[in-house]
Amino acid sequence: MSYDWNVDVAPGFMDATRRSVRQGITSYLIGLALAVALTAASFYVAYTNLVWAPGIPIALAALGIAQIGVHIVFFLHMTTAPDNTNNALALALGVVIVALIMIGSLWIMANLNQRMMPMDQIMQMQR
Amino acid sequence: MSTTEALPQAYGRVIDPYSLGRDRRGDAGGGRIYVTGRGEGGPASRRVIVGFGFWIFLLSDIVMFSVFFAAHAVLQTETAGGPSGRELFNPSHIAIETACLLASSFTCGMAAVAIEARSQAWTQVSLLITGLLGLAFVVLEAGDFATMIREGAGPDRSAFLSSFFAVVGLHGLHVSAGLLWLGTMMAQVFVKGFRPDILHRLLCFNLFWHVLDIIWVALFTLVYLVGALR
Repeated sequence: MSYDWNVDVAPGFMDATRRSVRQGITSYLIGLALAVALTAASFYVAYTNLVWAPGIPIALAALGIAQIGVHIVFFLHMTTAPDNTNNALALALGVVIVALIMIGSLWIMANLNQRMMPMDQIMQMQR
Repeated sequence: MSTTEALPQAYGRVIDPYSLGRDRRGDAGGGRIYVTGRGEGGPASRRVIVGFGFWIFLLSDIVMFSVFFAAHAVLQTETAGGPSGRELFNPSHIAIETACLLASSFTCGMAAVAIEARSQAWTQVSLLITGLLGLAFVVLEAGDFATMIREGAGPDRSAFLSSFFAVVGLHGLHVSAGLLWLGTMMAQVFVKGFRPDILHRLLCFNLFWHVLDIIWVALFTLVYLVGALR
């Protein structure tokens, strides 16, 4: 049976593209190599002076997001092909919610922290 | 007018004009047989429904994790005079745990290839290695937790440590549950073979395990590596 473009696939599908065993293993090996390289880079950046110290969290976040991308493409086999639209849209919704929760929490809490009276002054007022 | 005339001529082979993201490239070759999941062709295959439904569950699980991550990110510096991440985290332990989980994600992929080739032996071997690597991860992490609690850096020490144990512990619980599922799947493949329903469960387990590794990537980056800078 040839591959039918009009049939949806779920994430993680191996049979959708009718790949041979060799192609399947090669794809996972490429993913593994990229993931190992990005992990090693993360640890290197965190524990050396390669990157300017205040920029390290940003560098780590970038490397982390890149590695998550590698996992999604090579391990979950998610593509932007038409048959993957439902999966990609669901993922996009998840990413939006996660970004709202993470950025929103950090933003609001940092803002509240800034507006809060220093602790010793609060103590003084309570006397 | 008879009912047969009321149906479109290409009934069963028609492309749903309202479906998202379809391109019409494949249409020219006439290679498509049936439209599934979009009105005329009936529902999508069970395998697609199971996989997509589980993917939705996993995304909701990721959203739950993000709440724990947000709490930890906010509380990361609130050590209340107690130990900070820099003093507590052992980079070599984190590296070994990361390697275990990444390798197990890879062997889980090898199991997926073996399942696709319907090879009982390779499936069992790949799943066994996946399970052993996952077990090594859980044992290492539990050892780290025990050491921290013994040294007085338990979840009751500071807000930083409460949120740390919550988010890392939640991931550890997921991996432990995954190990139980993995053992069950090995037994089911062995006894029942590659039946369609077993293949659905294997697909879901495969997704679950890869997503746990994705969450671990966020975890070692945000909690351990950024935490060690504080």
